[in-house]
Amino acid sequence: MSGGVSKVLVIGSGPITIGQAAEFDYSGSQACRSLSEEGVEVILVNSNPATIMTDVETADRVYIEPLTVEFLTRVIARERPQGLLATLGGQTGLNLAVALAEGGVLEEYGVKLLGTPLEAIRQAEDRELFKEAMRVFGEPVPESVVATSVEEARAFAARTGFPVVIRPAYTLGGTGGGIAPDARSLDEIAARGLAVSRIHQVLVERSVAGWKEIEYEVMRDRLDTCITVCNMENLDPMGVHTGDSVVIAPSQTLSDREYQMLRSASLRIIRGLGIEGGCNIQFALDPASTRYYVIEVNPRVSRSSALASKATGYPIARVAAKIALGRTLDEIRNAVTGETFACFEPALDYCVVKIPRWPFDKFPYVDRRLGTQMQATGEAMAIGRSVEEALLKALRSLDQQVDGLDYPPAAAWSREALRQRIAEPCDERLFAIAEGLRRGMLPQEIADLSHMDLFFVNKIANIVGMQLGLRGRRDPETLRAAKRLGLPDTAIARAWETTADAVRAIRGREGIGPVYKIVDTCAGEFPAQTPYFYSTYAREDEVPESPRRRVVVLGSGPIRIGQGIEFDYSSVHAVKALRDAGLDAVLINNNPETVSTDFDVASRLYVEPLTVEDVLNVVERERADGVIVQVGGQTGLNLAGPLAERGVPVLGTTVEGLDASEDRGKFDALLRRLDIARPAGGAVRSVAEGRALADRLGFPLLVRPSYVLGGRGMEIVATADELVRYLESAFAADREHPVLIDTYVEGTEVEVDAISDGDAVFLPGIMEHIERAGVHSGDSIAVFPAQHLGPDEADQVVDATVAIARALGVRGFLNIQFVVKDGRVYVLEANLRSSRTIPFVSKAAGAPLVRLAVHVMLGRTLADLGYPGVTRLPAPARVSVKAPVFSSEKMAQLDVLLGPEMTSTGEVMGQNSSLPGALYRALVAAGIEMPEQQQRALLASIADRDKADAVGLIRRFVDLGFTVYATDDTAKYLADHGVHAIHVSKNGDPETALRLVHERAVNLVLNTPTRGRTPGRAGFALRRAAFERHLPCFTSLDTAEAFLDVLTAIKAGEIPAPHAAMEVSPL
Amino acid sequence: MQARLALEDGTILAGRAIGARGWAGGEVVFTTAMTGYEEVLSDPSYNGQIVTMAYPLIGNYGVSGEAWESFRPHVEGFVVGEAADLPHHWQAESTLAATLARWEIPGIAGIDTRFLVRHLRSHGLKRGLVSTEDVPDEALVARARTLADIGTLDLVGEVSTPAVRHLAGPGPKLALLDCGVKAGIIEGLRRRGCDVWVLPHRTTAEEILDLAPAGLVLSPGPGDPQRLPHQVAQVQRLWGRMPLFGICLGHQIIGRAAGATTFKLPYGHRGSNHPVKDLVTGRVCVTTQNHGYAVDEASVAGTELAVTHRNLNDGTVEGLRHPRLAIMTVQYHPEGRPGPLDSSYLFDAWMEMLGAAPHEPGAPVESARA
Repeated sequence: MSGGVSKVLVIGSGPITIGQAAEFDYSGSQACRSLSEEGVEVILVNSNPATIMTDVETADRVYIEPLTVEFLTRVIARERPQGLLATLGGQTGLNLAVALAEGGVLEEYGVKLLGTPLEAIRQAEDRELFKEAMRVFGEPVPESVVATSVEEARAFAARTGFPVVIRPAYTLGGTGGGIAPDARSLDEIAARGLAVSRIHQVLVERSVAGWKEIEYEVMRDRLDTCITVCNMENLDPMGVHTGDSVVIAPSQTLSDREYQMLRSASLRIIRGLGIEGGCNIQFALDPASTRYYVIEVNPRVSRSSALASKATGYPIARVAAKIALGRTLDEIRNAVTGETFACFEPALDYCVVKIPRWPFDKFPYVDRRLGTQMQATGEAMAIGRSVEEALLKALRSLDQQVDGLDYPPAAAWSREALRQRIAEPCDERLFAIAEGLRRGMLPQEIADLSHMDLFFVNKIANIVGMQLGLRGRRDPETLRAAKRLGLPDTAIARAWETTADAVRAIRGREGIGPVYKIVDTCAGEFPAQTPYFYSTYAREDEVPESPRRRVVVLGSGPIRIGQGIEFDYSSVHAVKALRDAGLDAVLINNNPETVSTDFDVASRLYVEPLTVEDVLNVVERERADGVIVQVGGQTGLNLAGPLAERGVPVLGTTVEGLDASEDRGKFDALLRRLDIARPAGGAVRSVAEGRALADRLGFPLLVRPSYVLGGRGMEIVATADELVRYLESAFAADREHPVLIDTYVEGTEVEVDAISDGDAVFLPGIMEHIERAGVHSGDSIAVFPAQHLGPDEADQVVDATVAIARALGVRGFLNIQFVVKDGRVYVLEANLRSSRTIPFVSKAAGAPLVRLAVHVMLGRTLADLGYPGVTRLPAPARVSVKAPVFSSEKMAQLDVLLGPEMTSTGEVMGQNSSLPGALYRALVAAGIEMPEQQQRALLASIADRDKADAVGLIRRFVDLGFTVYATDDTAKYLADHGVHAIHVSKNGDPETALRLVHERAVNLVLNTPTRGRTPGRAGFALRRAAFERHLPCFTSLDTAEAFLDVLTAIKAGEIPAPHAAMEVSPL
Repeated sequence: MQARLALEDGTILAGRAIGARGWAGGEVVFTTAMTGYEEVLSDPSYNGQIVTMAYPLIGNYGVSGEAWESFRPHVEGFVVGEAADLPHHWQAESTLAATLARWEIPGIAGIDTRFLVRHLRSHGLKRGLVSTEDVPDEALVARARTLADIGTLDLVGEVSTPAVRHLAGPGPKLALLDCGVKAGIIEGLRRRGCDVWVLPHRTTAEEILDLAPAGLVLSPGPGDPQRLPHQVAQVQRLWGRMPLFGICLGHQIIGRAAGATTFKLPYGHRGSNHPVKDLVTGRVCVTTQNHGYAVDEASVAGTELAVTHRNLNDGTVEGLRHPRLAIMTVQYHPEGRPGPLDSSYLFDAWMEMLGAAPHEPGAPVESARA
């Protein structure tokens, strides 16, 4: 049935970036399993170690290699697969497949592109071919024209009518464009757009802003059978990227006529394109007629299809993989019912709401408005039996200190600020709408302003109304109604001026509790075996009894900067370990993109918010024997205390132990007792206290708020002025918590991930960071095993780890970050949970860390598991390097410079026998271009404190044939120190430094910042320009040095020249 | 106001009354269609039944009358999870609750419809009633037990046209035996130019022959086909004398006319997502279904007809054809409404069978497009 294909290459999607996240780990691993089921040998290539996909069990052979044509060609040459599956690795996988096909690689090695043909991919991807294809199929696309003069733009608008969108050609992020509602603004915007366009062109298109945005997920097999898995409606109308929209499935405001009209169009399109597999089609639908336009077709599995899979229970990736092998929809069993076939359309008897998770809380200075460029890093999904219930659950799943539509900052918004947030899409829009309703705005007024369908505004009004009504009524029936609407106990407690526990107690007395229903793809029409549940307040509970012991695993929720896919990796492995131990693994998570929320991963999956109430409900319903809090990142860990207080057995390290590691004072005392050094410091509650402490410690200092995730708001301050400024703004934002001030020890940062049972300690090895301490560990390049650590230093690290593990009574994970300076080891922080580096270390060391940790949490000792005492694994044969990947080009105002605040969204891994070889792979995988031998040039703009260190480095670049350009002071300093640099002006007119970058006259930029992340400064503009032109921009001299080492090794012939791949070998 | 749904097996579900006061009884069924409650309400095949919508949010886009499948709603009662009080749609003229009230149909909202669906699925369809009366639960259950079995009622007679309706068209003249036809079927034929004569269900073979149509379409309709010996007999007399196209109940009538038997499904097929395989092409269509009875495949073997379509879920017969004569049937709804329009090609196949080209060859027939 596999069309003679017995060996298939699957391309993954690489590092997590905004717009391409964990959904492709989910779809990729599902596809690999699906192919294996068909008896096909699976070869996988992906550069992202933090994936289940790159586990050796997922495929027959896994290559963690850069996703470039060169490396893939090597893999193909070595493995000689007969088929290539490219539609499951996101845009990256698709682009690579096209490149491999167009480059003749597939033909040369006789590799067949499976599933959707190349021509269909081209038709969907190329704007002109797409328009032509839609014309042939009789499907409307918004009319558009390329105009080179205001007159041409005017003529177009005269034909199609207003409004029109004007987009200047070749500017990033649509700068200079806009929507013209009338002739006068058209003239203005077109003139401006033509002026800013480098080629003096604007695209003028009929605007469908304000129309409904509807998506369909469609599948087709080789016999031309087509089905739609589901449709989805965006609450935000056209104009906001669907990845940044609040989405509901199925559509709520479409009549059957409209639903079927777009469904029929979807089928015509997938048939017309000849797609074999899945695709996603986006439509704009006029809210006041049956007119529609086709906006976009994704000829592959996408983020939307991951959402559709989780929303319906229909495993799109699994089915798409089988279709690619030539199987037909009517042959593939529906894994949910086990009785029916993949050839049907899921019927839902609930609704699903997805809300994006944006990184604006970490980047307060960034414009929070939403548009056509996706900015969300992740998303949360919730299932409910009403729109209100699903919406409220999704909001509290975001894990952003909101439990619904109450948003404390909203009360302070002026009328204008409020109306602007309603009218212009932004991350706070739902809260603004709720606030508007509270202030007495009419739903119709809000619908008019926002173009959100009145139906949805009324749903929000229902919630607001219920909350207002609660204040006056405290009877059980009101409580029952509030719970049915989806309000959490915390919100009810606020209205009743009591505690959530008190509300819970009343609910207990009155018998008001949730039931759990099954997601079964068929609305109850057939018996289903899926262990996939959601809560609701209704009559019947469907959770079957289980004779086995049950352990609840808390997942990590939506992906955000600082808490990414690494934590889902650990959750999935925890679940596997529990199941292998013969227990029922009950997983709670709400991230639709992940492997963990695939319904056949856990014994039982609950898609629920990760709050005290929602978790307690599941724990009680399951009568769970314990809860694992150590794998769900900070989300899981934060729940440990509240759960333990309410009598829930927390497995592994006790809550007291966890607290001792998180509480500054307790941890300091512990280290003192153990005689382990840490940078001197303290907690201050006022500016005066801060100044006094600084006087004692001296500068530079590391300052940060207490109790935060991902280094949020952390800075290095070098002067008293900077300190005062920091403290003033920190206390203005948060009076409650102290600010932590530490001596900044500028040494080598090393990190340990260990497992302990409170006595024995298992250490897979020590990781070393390329960038010196001060750069957030999530943004550093990490090397495993450490290459520059002396035996004595390594012993100190191990001894400290063992001492801390024993002192804290660690049962499970222990991650410690150290800084090593002048032979002395200081502890920076300890995290008693699965860390960001667990997947990387697991793969680099070949050690099943999560499995060991889970067994320890279940009560076994490391000695039982074969590791008595202190175990240090011998160094592996290969050096592994983890490099961060940033999504900076997605956020127009985001500065990307390495510092204590984490900004990267993903990571890649490179492995080789030598450090430069591993670095080379990691850098290439991270998208850093290696400059060719000829015409090498760099631009340097160096902060004063780094100038001395930079001279030597830049000299090495010169030795490698680089022409050096340098800005004002830097050029002078270099000249004074005998390095010839061409002087370019930084702030002058014209800004020559910027021009060099814009014109890509240099291969890389070396820019260490003076201070601050204020947009508008020259350094910021330079870094932005570098990212927009895809030039490597090093903001730490350490990174630049690593890069130099790679170039040196290339020159010495130790590793291949740029644009050549090294020999590949599987994990 | 409170309403209750009472089943003959003693199950009671209390919720909010929507629509008319009082009570109404019937066979309690469910459909899994997520959209198209207007079409469901007005589908004559639901005559005699209390319909439960498995999808919980009903009435979101209001009621416009644009999507009416007949002149009035036919359900006896309507059961939903949540009835939208504040619908919104450019075509909406009324709400679900107001519409039910206007047509004197009692409805109930705010109950666990998934429980009900699962209950009916596992225990079989039940007689039941929706009531707003202030009487004890036991009284409602007792009354439910006195309701007539759906198989004993003349449901077709209640929904068929009382008089011949002529809908003129430029194409072939068609007779349509109305056992409870939906507007979508008439529209599917008229869009292809047919000159449609809608005939009362008791019309005789002779009357049809006198009309001299190019073919006869037997419509869907409510109830048990066993109760329609008259219609079966007329079909037998017309056998081979003109092309026949049976849809849903019409398919069952033709099956019975050929000598096959029909049986009652445990809980019927009602929804917009039933996969049906065309045994000739191998292609599968997602279809709209609304039937409680089916043609017994074993009994088809002894007839002149051959099975052409099969349901992928439970393997039941979904279509029949005569190897020589111009006779085709489908158990499902090529007109959708609600539901997919994938099977509208069957109207073209029927036109072909009539020997007539579709009125507008190749033109899309499903919908308006921008």
